[in-house]
This record gives sequence, C-alpha cells and structure tokens, in this order.
Amino acid sequence: MKHTLVAKVSDQPGVLNRVASLFRRRAFNIESLTVGGSETSDVSRMTIVVDTAKAPAHLVAANLRKLIPVVEVTDVTHLPTVDRDLALIRVGCAPAERAELASLVDIFRGRIVDVAQDSVIVEVTGDLEKVNGLLELLRPRGILEMVRTGKVAMVRGTVTNGNGKTAQQAQDATLGRL
Amino acid sequence: MQRTGAQIIWESLLREGVDTVFGYPGGAILPAYDALLDYPIRHVLVRHEQGAAHMADGYARASGKVGVAVATSGPGATNLTTGIATAMLDSIPTVFITGQVPSKVLGTDAFQETDVTGITLPITKHNYLVTDAHELPHVMREAFLIARSGRPGPVLVDICKDAQQQKVEFEWPETVRLPGLHEPAPPAEDDLRRAIELIEKAERPLILAGAGVIRSGSSTVLQEFAEKTGTPVALTLLGIGGFPQSHPLCLGMMGMHGEAFVNRAIQRADLLLAFGMRFDDRVTGNLKTYAPTAKKIHVEIDASEIGKNVKVDAALVSDLRAALVALTPRVPALRHDDWLAEIGDGQKETRGRDIIHQPDGGRLLAAHVIHDLWEATGGSAVVVTDVGQHQMWEAQYYKHDQPRTLITSGGLGTMGFALPAAIGAKMARPQAEVWVVAGDGGFQMTQCELATLQQEKLDIKIAVINNGFLGMVRQWQEFFYDRRYASTPMLSPDFVTLASAYGIRAHRVNRRADVIPTVDQARKFEGPVFIEFQVEQEDSVYPMVPAGSDLGAMIRRPAEAPAEVER
Repeated sequence: MKHTLVAKVSDQPGVLNRVASLFRRRAFNIESLTVGGSETSDVSRMTIVVDTAKAPAHLVAANLRKLIPVVEVTDVTHLPTVDRDLALIRVGCAPAERAELASLVDIFRGRIVDVAQDSVIVEVTGDLEKVNGLLELLRPRGILEMVRTGKVAMVRGTVTNGNGKTAQQAQDATLGRL
Repeated sequence: MQRTGAQIIWESLLREGVDTVFGYPGGAILPAYDALLDYPIRHVLVRHEQGAAHMADGYARASGKVGVAVATSGPGATNLTTGIATAMLDSIPTVFITGQVPSKVLGTDAFQETDVTGITLPITKHNYLVTDAHELPHVMREAFLIARSGRPGPVLVDICKDAQQQKVEFEWPETVRLPGLHEPAPPAEDDLRRAIELIEKAERPLILAGAGVIRSGSSTVLQEFAEKTGTPVALTLLGIGGFPQSHPLCLGMMGMHGEAFVNRAIQRADLLLAFGMRFDDRVTGNLKTYAPTAKKIHVEIDASEIGKNVKVDAALVSDLRAALVALTPRVPALRHDDWLAEIGDGQKETRGRDIIHQPDGGRLLAAHVIHDLWEATGGSAVVVTDVGQHQMWEAQYYKHDQPRTLITSGGLGTMGFALPAAIGAKMARPQAEVWVVAGDGGFQMTQCELATLQQEKLDIKIAVINNGFLGMVRQWQEFFYDRRYASTPMLSPDFVTLASAYGIRAHRVNRRADVIPTVDQARKFEGPVFIEFQVEQEDSVYPMVPAGSDLGAMIRRPAEAPAEVER
C-alpha cells in the first residue's frame, strides 16, 4: 500500500540528496516527493509518498530519522489530513471549444490560466483523486503537456480520527507502536 | 582569539580529547599539517590512507574512544573509503578529516579534486563540506558528537584549503544545536512489560549477544541477567568478548561457522533475546526457516534494525545497558536445567568432532596454531584478525573473556584490516599484548604498514597463517564450485626475509611442536616479532552453513573421510 510521510528537515545543502540516496540504497520505492518551505525559516518540509510493498513504513521512517538533517518524521497515512496536489495541464482546444472547457474545469474548481490559439493551460488543485478525475475527462481532448507537484499533506487540527482519538493521540499511537 | 581554519582543526581535536591521529599529508591538507607542528598531538604517518582509516578504527575498537584519520583531497580521500565503510558497517566511532581543493575551484575538476562528500555519503553516519572557517568549530564539535552518539559510526569532514588558511575569531561551542540527532530514549514501560512476560513464560530461552554488548559496556549487567534467568548466551562474531567464554552459560559463536550445537539451540529455542545484534545474514542463514519455534525480543539502539530482517514479538529501542538495568531487577530468578542439559548433550557430541581432539598426522593445522596461541598467551591478548579462514578459527579457538580483546572486521569483511587495526589498537592501549592474526592473502594487502609499525616503535606480535591459498575462497570453491581453484593459489614472498627487511625479528614454524616455544620466545622479546606459520594447505573451516541455507543444515568436519552434509 501507499504511505504518506511528512518529514521536517534542516534547510541545508545536500539534504534532498541524502534523502534520495537513502531511498536508492535501501531500494525503497518513492511514489512522489515534494519539498518546500515550512513555518520555520530554516526548516523545509517534505511530503513523501512511499510504496510499502517491500519495506514497511516504520522502517522507512526509522531510516529517515537516522539522517542528521532530518528533524522529525510523521506517518500521516492513517491520520485525518488535508492533501493537495497541483497540476498544470496543456490541453488542445480550438477557440470554439473554450467555453465548454471552461465550464468543465470550473466543476473541478480549476482555472484556465493561459490561452493560445489552439491550446489552453488548465490549473487544478485538489487531492489526488480529484486531479486524476479531471485528467480523465481532459484526456480525450488531447493532453499536450502536464506537470504535477506531487502530494503535500497536513494533519487536520481539532477533529478526531473516528476512534475518539485526537490527531495527536492517533499519531503518537502510530509512531510508538511497531 | 584569532585562529586559522587549520589551527581550529587541532584546537577542536584537543578539546575532544584526541591525542593521536593517523594520516598522510598532501597538497590540499598542507595548511593543517603545517599547523599540527604547534600542537601536542601525535601524528602517525601511514604508508597508505586505507591503513590510516583502519588504524583509527582499531584505535576506537580497542579503547571505545573516537579514532581520527587525516588525508588529503582526491586520491588521499578515496583511499580512505574502504576503511570508512568498514567502520560504518561495524558502527565504529571515527572522524575522518580530508583536505579539499579551494572553494573557488570546487566543481571545476581541479587538480586532485573529488566529490568526497558525495562518495562517502552512503558510508558515513554524516559528512560535512566546509568552505568557510567560521563553520569549523561547530562542525568539528558536531562531528564528534554524531560519531559517538546512539549507534556510533564514521563522520567525515571535508575542508577546503582556503578555509584552512582563513583566519577567524575562534570560540569553542560548548553546546551545539542538532535537532536531528535523537539521543536514545529509555526503554518504554509497555515494551518492558511485554518482554518480561515472554521471559517468564519461556522454557528454552537463548541470548544472542552482539557488538552492542561491548559498545554499551553491558558485559557485567548481561552476566547478571543471564545468571539470574539461567539463560545460555550465544555470541555473534562481533559479540565475542562481551560475555566470558569461560562462563558455564557461554555457548560460543553462532551462525555460518558457529558450532553445530549452538545453531541447533537457536533452531530449538522458544525465546531468543537478541541483545545489540542485527540478525545479519551470516548469523541467520535462511530467514524463512530461522528459529521457527522462537518468540523474539530485540533490544537495539537503532530503530531501523527492528523488523528489518526478522519479525520480532517485543522490541526495546534503547541503549542495551539501560534496558538490562531496567529488566534484570524485574525478572524472576529462573532455572532452565532441562534446556541446558539438552544443549550440553549437543556440546558433548560437537566436542567429539572437534579438530582440537583429532590427531594432526604430522601436519600443522591452523586451528591448532590458534588454540596453542590462546594457551600460550593465557587468553589475555588483544587479537586483531584479518578476514578469512584464520578469522573464523580465531573466533572458534581463541577463547576471549574480556571485551575489546577481539578486533575484527565483521560487517564489511575487509581483508587487509589486521595489521593497521592492530597498530591503532596498540596505540590506544600501549600496555596490552597485541597480536595480529592474518592470512597470507590479507596480510599482503596492507603489509606496507610494517614500516609504520617500525617507525612508531610498536611492540606488536604478528602471526601470519600461510596456507598458500586465499583459503576461504578456496574452501567455497571446494564445496560449491567443484574444486575449480580459480585464482586462489597464491604466491607469497619469503615472509621471514620480508619482515627482516623492515628490521623485524622473524621466525618460520611448520611443526606443531614448535608453535608454543616460538610464541613464548616472541612474547619474551620486547619489540615486534613476525611468525609465519606454514599450515596445511587445503584445510577448511567447519562446521559451515552454506550461504542462504537453513541454520540447521551444516557441513560438518568429516571424521577422516570427505565432508558430509547433515540435514
């Protein structure tokens, strides 16, 4: 299955290389990896989606924690999270079809952000399923180019996970146990 | 106070308690060497940087302190890598300092430039590239902290030449902020309770003691635990010395060349207590059939080892000593007489086949040499081995009672380790009697360090077990490649002449009767002595679990006829 790990890492040269090298060396399978800023100026945040068919998620997390620039790793797979993926999609589109395309994109709360003679760029943000859904609908029109950021995730604040535990308690339970 | 980057290196080492470093100068590290003359630090000039790395490693293994090696950029640094990887695989606290080309020309393929932090990334616990002397005090402080903490390991600091020359205000940071360095937590209460429950229920428990026993200084507490719970102890190769082999509960080494009764006990046990060991493939054999009836408790400081190879029923992620101190008072006093009797029967059967009790037929057998060396030294020497057959015979026949008396490359299996590691060990413990035990193959890989030994005037005794083959490889060819001896017969120099050329007293022994007298004579002499033991050429290490086979399926030493496979 796929697990989502959130890692806070010191913002220093080579840290992405260290993480990538670890995944290569241990043959852990990365589905997606995003890096960007966090609430702290010298800390970056990585959202890593791993395929755990070969190595269990706790082993991937434990190996990540061994890297010195990695400050904290949380497996958020079983926690209530907000997940987002952003895609830019260039779709073939004659001028006459623009209005129809715009309304389709609108259903997905996407936007047309660039218009050319025979194509447009669609921007859409959402969880993986929503972005995949729009892609399926656009595919027949001809997807000329596409880029996705990969998933970023954040644990929800005050909600419980359905077992009466707060997100923090559920997280402690996931991390503390094997 | 104002200091150059070069001076800060040595200022930092002094503050970390380092008095000896092993190294080799060169262009990019010259500023550091120039500054070294003004500091009270002994520099051991090696003959090859690999030797420097193994010396730092041997120094650390013998003393528990951090070993330090220094090299220049490019080839100097790449020559260190075998030694760095050796220290990584066996978790040895070491710091490697390398010179780098000036920061202005980094990335331009300048003379003797290599991406050293890139090359050593997967074989270090952490590494640094320093381009500005302002960073150096923190980096040096962190390097030692990281090397020592948790599961120890090598840290490399690559320092640009201009950073060494740069003059900055120097202040030693008493504390550093390393939020990513997680100090081991005490064992969790839930886990302790689960472990105690398993220990109370077990009828056939067995302790598997690894290197962690020695690293954490747990020998005494382990003995208390084993005695209180009546639990026998099997050792990994790197665990040897962690529990006295003369102790009635000590079974000796497990795994590929462990005694048959030890491996059988693992396969029969209903509880394995894995203490500071990592279920290496040389210890487990086929994982699918490993210890099928046993519950497993894993006490391990590195969380990433839990469940890596073997699924466990309870895990204490903590310092082993802390775990044993917490466990021992809470477990009841137990006896397992039937279990010990069963193991004892196996032990008797094994003894019957032991080569020690077999006639040598006039041949000199390597196992006999090791056994006699053990007798002659009263089992109290620090033995530093190379890798191969002699290493396994040492593990089987030299009975160690004290921690840090067997120094050997386990995880990486680095040939050429023995002589330089012994130099490091002797410098760490000048009072100890240090013996190199090496094969003719491995010894030739780093024999240039004989010059270093002489230059430093070290009293190290060297036993080269010469069988004219790369013995362990030959053994595999005999067992698994139809005796096709591809590139394993090996020509060696006249070792006695070779040692003499370095000004080292040397003897050749080819009869059993001469072993103990020659060893005695060497021990009486103050200074290095080299003994070449010309042993039986095609002898094999028994028993042997073929790689990947069930632990219970081993090739045993034939009584007289060819080897049989027991299933």
